[in-house]
Amino acid sequence: MSLTVPVGSDHQLARLLQIGIVLEEVVEARAARHARETDGLDEEVRTMLEDAVEESADHRHRLEGLVDELDAETVPFEEIETLVEAQYETDEDFDGVLYDQLCNEETAYKFYDDLIEAIEASDIDFGVDREHLLDTLATIREEEAEGAEEVTQLMETRG
Amino acid sequence: MNTADQYLKAIYLVQDREDGPASTGAVADMLDVSPASANEMIGKLEDKGLAEHEKYKGVSLSDDGIVRARDALQNYCIIERFLLEVLEVEDFRGEAKQLESVIDETVAERLDTIIDREPQCPDCFDADDDVCALLEAPATADD
Repeated sequence: MSLTVPVGSDHQLARLLQIGIVLEEVVEARAARHARETDGLDEEVRTMLEDAVEESADHRHRLEGLVDELDAETVPFEEIETLVEAQYETDEDFDGVLYDQLCNEETAYKFYDDLIEAIEASDIDFGVDREHLLDTLATIREEEAEGAEEVTQLMETRG
Repeated sequence: MNTADQYLKAIYLVQDREDGPASTGAVADMLDVSPASANEMIGKLEDKGLAEHEKYKGVSLSDDGIVRARDALQNYCIIERFLLEVLEVEDFRGEAKQLESVIDETVAERLDTIIDREPQCPDCFDADDDVCALLEAPATADD
């Protein structure tokens, strides 16, 4: 017995992809800010954050491609960046930065995992090729898992 | 949000509305499931110590159940507010219902970093209107 609702329409799929894009935009903006403004970051951590920024930008471009195919719009990155800046806590220390990045990666992984499950549970003929959709999401999910692993290793070497 | 949390949230809201135990029928109605499904899940919640069911009266949440229900309700508030404030979705109530099972609490927490939520959340949730009473929603045709 489950209340898990299969994705029931192009509209709903587009909405979920839009949420994925916003999540990536939040990650991108927060990681960029951490890399830019946290005092005392060593080179390895700064590089990890910069890679995360690049990866999130790449993920959202791939998601935007899918949303375009569904004839829906996305929220511009600048808009999300402004929202992130407005609520950003400036006193994050080094551990806080790593923990935040781990949350970013794990949250994104969980989101894509649930989304893939909801799409697989659906028998809708979407306006985007199902195989291409699931392949794209599975690839992104895998990269999020690798990202979480990388942050965990960095945390362990510093623990 | 997983199935158990959706039930806990529904029981919490029905109890709040009825100021007493929640009838299985009312919980089933709120979740749009059959009374038999609701009964089965309420039994599972009882086994986990999250709720107590009394024959002919209904179901009440335990203290642990209330804590989880309030967390679930807060996540739901985040989804509604995010849909309205960030994605500017007019039917944010309807869409939040459709999306809540796919939006995990960790995801809701991230979305929460870019919305303006009031500190008294989720006490400001109005179960009858299915929306935070403090959310400034645009008027819709069915309002």
